[in-house]
Parts: sequence; C-alpha cells; structure tokens
Amino acid sequence: MIVADKKPIEEIIDMVKGYRKILILGCNECVTVCEAGGKKEVAVLASALRMYFMNEGTKIEMDEITLERQCDHEYLEEIRNSMDQYDAVVSLACGVGVQFMAEKYFGSPIYPGVNTCFMGVTEERGVWSERCQGCGQCILDRTAGICPISRCAKRLLNGPCGGSTKGKCEISKDLDCAWQIIIDRLKELDRLDDYEEIAPIKDWSTERAGGPRKVVREDVRQ
Amino acid sequence: MRLQYPSNINIIKLPCTGKIDLIHLLRSFEKGADGVYVVGCLEGACQFTSGNIRARKRVEQAQEILEKIGIGGERVRMFNLSSSEAPHFVQAAVEMTENIRDMGPNPIKTAMQKAA
Amino acid sequence: MSTKTPSRLEKILDSGQLAVTSECGPPRGSDPEAITKKAEIIKDHVDAINITDNQTSVTRLSSLAACIHLKLMGIESTLQMVVRDRNRIALQSDILGAASFDIHNILCLSGDHQMFGDSPQGQNVFDLDSMQLIQTVRLMRDEGKFLGGDDIKRPPKMFVGAAANPFADPFEIRVPRLAKKIAAGVEFIQTQCIYNLDKFELWMKEARDRGLHEKVYILAGVTPFKSAGMAKYMKNRVPGMDVPDEVVKRMAGVPKENQPEEGIDICVETIQRLKECEGVRGFHVMAIEWEEKVPEIVERGGLYPRPEDL
Ligand code: SF4
Ligand code: SF4
Repeated sequence: MIVADKKPIEEIIDMVKGYRKILILGCNECVTVCEAGGKKEVAVLASALRMYFMNEGTKIEMDEITLERQCDHEYLEEIRNSMDQYDAVVSLACGVGVQFMAEKYFGSPIYPGVNTCFMGVTEERGVWSERCQGCGQCILDRTAGICPISRCAKRLLNGPCGGSTKGKCEISKDLDCAWQIIIDRLKELDRLDDYEEIAPIKDWSTERAGGPRKVVREDVRQ
Repeated sequence: MRLQYPSNINIIKLPCTGKIDLIHLLRSFEKGADGVYVVGCLEGACQFTSGNIRARKRVEQAQEILEKIGIGGERVRMFNLSSSEAPHFVQAAVEMTENIRDMGPNPIKTAMQKAA
Repeated sequence: MSTKTPSRLEKILDSGQLAVTSECGPPRGSDPEAITKKAEIIKDHVDAINITDNQTSVTRLSSLAACIHLKLMGIESTLQMVVRDRNRIALQSDILGAASFDIHNILCLSGDHQMFGDSPQGQNVFDLDSMQLIQTVRLMRDEGKFLGGDDIKRPPKMFVGAAANPFADPFEIRVPRLAKKIAAGVEFIQTQCIYNLDKFELWMKEARDRGLHEKVYILAGVTPFKSAGMAKYMKNRVPGMDVPDEVVKRMAGVPKENQPEEGIDICVETIQRLKECEGVRGFHVMAIEWEEKVPEIVERGGLYPRPEDL
C-alpha cells in the first residue's frame, strides 16, 4: 500500500485559515489502513479544526466525507454536485488522490492533509516500512525477492557496501541491511553462487529519472 | 462507606477504557467539557490485555492536539486505579477538578457563548 | 602480468616489489597548500598518494583538483571516486578530465552515505555502484568506449583499484565479493584498516584458495592510532571496522603521552607481520591527519627506500 503519515495540525491550520466552508475528504484505501487519512482521521481533524477556529472566534463550517478511493474518476464524481459549496478541500488521501482532486476540480483549492511517504508494508500496528520504489523494471528475480533499490540506503545493485555491520545498515542500527537479507535468502534457497553474478548497470529511464511515467495498456483500454 | 466526589463530574461508564477513541475525547471538548479524565484499570491488569494502554495512547494523542489548538493539553488525563480503590477514585476526581479550575473554563464554551 | 597503463604504481607491483601508498584528504577550503604540504611530507616514502573524494560525506576541495595539484608537483596520485555524488555522465566526464592530466590511478568506491557528513539533507545519486564503476573505467580504457557505446578519442589510461573490507558483514561473502570485483575488472585492492590480523589472514587464505591473489594486487591497509580514544572510537563508531579488544587494551595500557608511539609501534608490527602473508603485495598507509608519521612508519616497516626509476 501507499503509506502516509499525518501532517502536523498547525500546518493544516495555516493552509485553511481564511476559508469559510471546508470539506475534509478522506480515502478508504491505503491511508485508512495506515491510519492517516481514513474516516476516523477525518473526524479527528475536523473536530480539532472546528475547535481551533471557534476558539479564535472565526466561524468555519466543516463537512466530512470519506470516499472509497480518490484515485479513480468514479468515486471523485460522487462529490461533484456538492463541490460548489466549499471554499477549499483538505484531502487526506495520498498525494495521488490530492492531485486527482485538483485536476478534476480545477477551480477549487485542494490541500494535502497527509505526508505521503512510500510504498510499503505494515510490519506491526503503528510500524510501516518501505518495500518498493516503483523502478519500472523489477529485478526481484535476481535478488532473492528482496529489493536493494528501496531497501539499501545506497541502492547498490552489487552490495553490500563495507558498512554493513551485524545485519544492520551503516546508516542506522534500526535498519536492516538489505544485502544481508538478500544473502541470507540466497543461502536459504541454496543459491549463494548467484551472488557472484554481477548485476548490470541499470536502465533508470523507467524510474523517476526518465520523467513522469505512464502505463498504457491497449489490451484493456476502452 | 460512601465517598463523595465533586458533583460537577459527569461519569460515563464503559466496559473497558479500550473502547475510547480519540474522537470521543475531542467531541467532549467540542461540546464544551472543561476537562475529561479517563479512569482505567492498573496497567498490566486489563481484562482485555491492553485496553488501558490503548486508552493511554489516545489520551496522549488528545493532549497533543488540544495543546496545539490552544485548548490546553492538561484538560485531558488518564488515571489508572484498581476497582477497589474508592478513595483513590475520589482523590483523582478532586485533583482533576482542582486542576481544571486553575485552568479556567474550556475556551470553546466561552467562544460559543460569544458567537451565539 | 604486464603493465597496461603508464601508472608507476602498476609498474612497481608488476615488478614484484612491495608497493606503498598513502592518502591525503583535501581541505575544507580552496587553499592548495593544505594538500601540497601534506604531499611534500610523504612523497619520497610512497609510490602514489590517494586523494579522498569528500570522505565521510563532508564537502571538501575536489579530489580531481587535488590530484592535479600533485601532478604539477610531479607526484603520482590515485583519484578516489565515489558513486554517491555523480551520475554516469559526471563520472565518465571526470575520468576523462583526470586522464587529460595523465592521472593514472583510480579507486572506485561507493562512498559513505551522505547522512554522515555536512549535507544529510542532500540527495544522493548512486546511478552506478562501485562494481559497475570498475567496469566502466575498464570499458573506457580497454575498449575506448563510453557507456553509451560511442568511441572515446584518446581513451583514459588508468590502473583500476577498489577497496575491500575483509571485516564487514556478512563474512561469508567477503571473498566472493573480492572475486566479483576481480570479475568486474579491478586490478588492485586497498583494504580497510587492519587491526584484526587473524581475521585478515583468514580472508587472505580463502582468497588464495581461490587463486584470487594472483589475479589482483592486494595492498593491506594500516592506520596508526593516535590515542586510546581513537582506538575506542574506531571500534565502536566506525561501521565495518574491526578493532579487537586486545588492541584497545594495549593502547589504553600506556600513559597518554606514550600512546602515539604505541600506535605507531602497532602499525609497524602489523606491516612486519603482513609482509610475510602470501598475497599481500604492498601497504596502504592511512595516517589520518597525521601525515608526518608516514615516513617513520614506512622506514620502520622496512619499506624504504622506495624503488627509483623503473
Ligand atoms: S526492483 Fe523496482 S519494481 Fe521491484 S521492488 Fe524494487 S523498486 Fe520495486
Ligand atoms: S549497509 Fe547494507 S543496506 Fe546499508 S548501504 Fe550498505 S549495503 Fe546498503
């Protein structure tokens, strides 16, 4: 899933002050799972903002809606008829949802209510960690299923570096060295000999470096 | 022995403090409560393993938000008592009441009155 | 083996004599004297001087510019190049730049992560890794080609080195990793500072078992401790460093004023012992901000005088 973190409330206050009627818009997908932008977080943010502005003596009206997703047209369309009444929207979806809102409701100010962080997993409740950077040319087949691009601090395709210590990355004792895991997995799979194959220089054009990306699938396109 | 606790307190009974959500705490303040305190079992003594620990975290979240929005984080607190400790219950009530008195009324209430 | 480049370091190694290299860190400013003075102190005792490339991710005068200063003094240098800060365009461009000044040695490194230095908020690049940088220099030199496939006019003539850390984890791939670097085309290796001699000798033995010592020149890295405090720091704080407790105890066991001398003694003893280790083809003496001690270490290690014209 896409993992996001809450934005500090003071940042959101700063964004919305001056508006009279605001929509706080949650998303029922990834940000709900990572407890940053689902229905519950929408309610909490709205309540906190109401109290803040009330206390300031400013009257702001606030509506709370949580859509099934904010990255698909059909769900965003559900609010089309009510969009006129809002001076601004704070979207608690990931950056993708915020932008799709902005593109669809071109004349409305849309603000981000979360910090979108990465694609990752729930290690345990309250702990999420990165697993993929969407490089566009997956190499997990050659790295025993562990991604050195997202999980090695230096993105080494031929790691580990000399800083790997007791299974931890040189940058932090709290971070596993991706290459230690790769090597452990290779051993487990009885494929340690594969370690000596040199990973070729990567074509990064399918990654961020190549500019904004697009997937077009004629086979499913309508 | 029946002990008296301050009469300004409105008690809401729950099977377990783990039932409390952050939004419940915030809503009470939005509705004008001057303070909210959560009384749970002693840590480690929760019948549902960790309900009271969850409650403590939510209380802490509420404190942080209330502090940041200018209502005052001290208005919400968590007390852990065992059910047989009636005197402690009263003590907590008195302590909380005094604490809130010092802080004055919930500014939201004043603002609402002004706005009305 | 026969030499493939005009590098003096390569010639000495090829002749079968023990080579000696050292290193200097460029200054955090633009005064060239900071580097030329250090080089002046050690130049007669070493065959080539490594110039570090923004080591520990602290911004400094560029490695290439410092190499050029040395070149102008007639001193052979080894250009250290980390893949942290430059993409393949900049790496290849700097290699050509160095070659245009006839800088004949290069050391291909990944580089410490930038969070250790003065720009923890900066971006990093890591377009290639150190293994792939070795391949790149070899491609440019041997095939006269850029990574993009075009021909290079006057290809660089560089003797290609890399670092090896016999102590980093996981230990079981330490020798395979050396083999991998050799397969990528590395010609000389400078190791991480050696304090755990037993572990180093085990690594060398495993390398010999695979015949790797005949495919690459291995220079053993040594660094004298200035104090017991430094020994403790290196033991506990520097990732990938292996300082046995006995060594720390030995340093701490002498009065403070004698510790520098003790550190030099340990360093010299290390050299003497490793001279006997088959496959060690020279020494890389890194006296961090203590260059004035390099001549003494080299002399007491029995590595002086250095070979004259070859
Ligand atoms: S190799 Fe690329 S696509 Fe595969 S997990 Fe890593 S970043 Fe994601
Ligand atoms: S220690 Fe491991 S994860 Fe960290 S940079 Fe080095 S190889 Fe990558």
